[in-house]
Amino acid sequence: MKDELRSEPFYIWIPQSILDFIIQILKVAFEFTLSIFTSLYDFLKTTGKVIVSLAKKGYEGLIKYSRIFIKGNYKTKLSFLLMGFGAYTNGQIVKGILYQLLQVVSLGLLIFFFGPYIAKLNTLGDTLGTPVTYDPGNPNADPFGYVPAQPGDNSMIILLLSVGGIILAALLYYFYLQNLRLAEANEMTLQVGKRPIPFKEEVKQLLNERFHITVLSWPVFFSFIFTVLPLVFMILIAFTEFDRFHQPPGSLFTWVGLDNFINMFSGQNAFYSRLPRTLWAILQWSFVWAIFATFLNYFFGMILALMINKKGIKLKVLWRTVFVITIAVPQFISLLIMRNFFNEQGPFVNFLIDLGLVGPGYGPFLTKESARFWVIVINLWVGVPYTMLITSGILMNIPADLYESATIDGAGSITKFFKITLPYMLFVTGPYLVTAFIGNINNFNIIYFLTGGGPSSQQLFQAGHTDLLVTWLFRLTLFDSDYKMASTLGILIFMISSFFSLIIFSRTGGIKAEDSFQ
Amino acid sequence: MIKSKRLGEILSNTLIYVVLSILSIIWLIPIVWLILQSFRLEIGAISTRFFPLNYTLSNYTRLFEYDTILQGKFPVWFMNTLLVATVTMVISTILVLLTSYAFSRLRFPARMPMMKLILVLGLFPGFMSMIAVYNILRLMGLTGSIIGLMFIYSGGAGFGYYISKGYFDTISKAIDEAAMIDGASRAQIFWHIILPLSKPIVIYTMITSFIGPWGDYIFARLLLGENIDQYTVATGLVWILDRANINEYFTRFAAGSVIVATPITLLFLFLQRYYVSGVTGGSVKG
Repeated sequence: MKDELRSEPFYIWIPQSILDFIIQILKVAFEFTLSIFTSLYDFLKTTGKVIVSLAKKGYEGLIKYSRIFIKGNYKTKLSFLLMGFGAYTNGQIVKGILYQLLQVVSLGLLIFFFGPYIAKLNTLGDTLGTPVTYDPGNPNADPFGYVPAQPGDNSMIILLLSVGGIILAALLYYFYLQNLRLAEANEMTLQVGKRPIPFKEEVKQLLNERFHITVLSWPVFFSFIFTVLPLVFMILIAFTEFDRFHQPPGSLFTWVGLDNFINMFSGQNAFYSRLPRTLWAILQWSFVWAIFATFLNYFFGMILALMINKKGIKLKVLWRTVFVITIAVPQFISLLIMRNFFNEQGPFVNFLIDLGLVGPGYGPFLTKESARFWVIVINLWVGVPYTMLITSGILMNIPADLYESATIDGAGSITKFFKITLPYMLFVTGPYLVTAFIGNINNFNIIYFLTGGGPSSQQLFQAGHTDLLVTWLFRLTLFDSDYKMASTLGILIFMISSFFSLIIFSRTGGIKAEDSFQ
Repeated sequence: MIKSKRLGEILSNTLIYVVLSILSIIWLIPIVWLILQSFRLEIGAISTRFFPLNYTLSNYTRLFEYDTILQGKFPVWFMNTLLVATVTMVISTILVLLTSYAFSRLRFPARMPMMKLILVLGLFPGFMSMIAVYNILRLMGLTGSIIGLMFIYSGGAGFGYYISKGYFDTISKAIDEAAMIDGASRAQIFWHIILPLSKPIVIYTMITSFIGPWGDYIFARLLLGENIDQYTVATGLVWILDRANINEYFTRFAAGSVIVATPITLLFLFLQRYYVSGVTGGSVKG
């Protein structure tokens, strides 16, 4: 039996396994397309569900809290006005005072600090500041005839602090409801004849049953200031006219509704006539780039891992170390060095000229196609060691008996790769691949340091031929100060990324199934 | 039969050795070139040659001397980065480990909504909020200083909980339950049981958060502006390249890069196995 298999000419299994491979890819592509529709459907369903459940919760809350008010005694009733009243009159003095302080401080901040800004949120300010002027006739002028500078509105600060104030108000509202529930609970406890939990006990709980509050309050606080607030602010910017012509403090900006999105897609505005074309070109290239960067890195990383981990290969640590070194060197260093190495006068081109492969004047980053090709190739240098590390751990987990039985059946190493290794790896690391794909759409360093987006093009709006969506966003922000368009673009990138994430989560169950791993 | 199998094995192994050697050379070329450039005597940003004509140590020594462009700032930049990296490492390691412990071990109503929110927020490109972060720090009076930089690097650290949560998830919950029966609180379980069992992931978190500030250019440049006293090595080194005198400073950039990259690479190699365990641990569950 065995010998029969072995006597088959070696070329028989090649077409077979390649055919299988192609069928596999077609199958995956089909399932992928299908999952796009299912995830769109899921998305709409989830959004609908969330809206319905929010409305339901709001209604239930209204009933619940009005019942608390109607049925409660005077202490509970007063808690609706004074936070913590139901606590400090029921023996929880420290806690009650903390609630009361929270109310006083937050309300004070909201009214006196954030209030004036929130009041201007609808227009984002209307008065411009004036510099010191000489005008002796002005009633505000000082004895020498100079009118002092008047501080005006700053649209950006109005927006930023309004968002901050609204977040604070939401927090206050949350604690307000907590306070009502606390008052009711205390009333109940006293009715049964027990005492509310003393403060000491409660502090102890923070280290045990309610450890999550202790643990998460700092990360939550920091993320609100440095992630959530900026993000909400920038999302709102996409609906304003904030750019270099409307830049505070010199000038104001205001809301413009969906104008930026319309300009992004239609280019009706003469200034932005090249925008739709640029968006389309960059979108295409970002996808091509992300597909190549993800799959080539993955494929070669896996092959490298297979070679290093093969039985009988010595000096495994040395081989791995060589590749790990390239991860350790900071990217701005390795990429800037690469830029000079691949410069049209650098050693690489010189070497090619010496070999007679190219003529003088050739530069890898000078033309569109060549720059794109070399960026992908150099990205292999950056990414393959990383995927090598990721895949080698998983490769070692493939059950050995799969290979043994395949060997008994007479499979060669290439057949084994396509029939066992690749399907297994794709199955296990599928979600990782989509995450890596999203990461590559947002891969900033490679493009920024290697080509800076170049070669530049007159056809495109503030972009070059190797610019990705995210480097374009960076350019619009920093070089062009076109914050509104950068934010609009950021929202588009978010939509693309979340679209792909939805596909993973609808396929794998995502974090829903997260508990089942434990 | 057996002999031919052996022969095939030897052949394929030889082939693999050849391929691995070629790949190793390709992967090391840029790094070797960087080191060679740092010893190059001839000035100029671009050298057509792989090997310099003459070698010198002056690129290194001149980094620590005073001249009109550098103003003797390289050691300052180095110390700034060391300080930022250390503070960032401490704060973000604490934040990351606490967050992942909470999401992995504790059960509370806000757990799922929070994890989903973090997932959604992570889908926005980080550069989008760059300008807003800058303005928030300006309102706090922290632009142009490394203190603001520490806030940027460690502020969103809790969002990177994913990998260490995955690691904590693999530690059996039976241990927690046994400890709870013995009267240990959640805080004690975290300090005395989970942390000692999670050495690899603690070290992984520390390495990644320590190395981050050494390589970040964009945020540092935006925040520090032209205040070169507060520059980190990345901003400083790119800054001397950005100048009109890149021709004169390229070799010094190379020398500075070697000085920066050497300790990081050594650290990385010493702690390699922890890094690998972190990277692979995080990807399997996707």
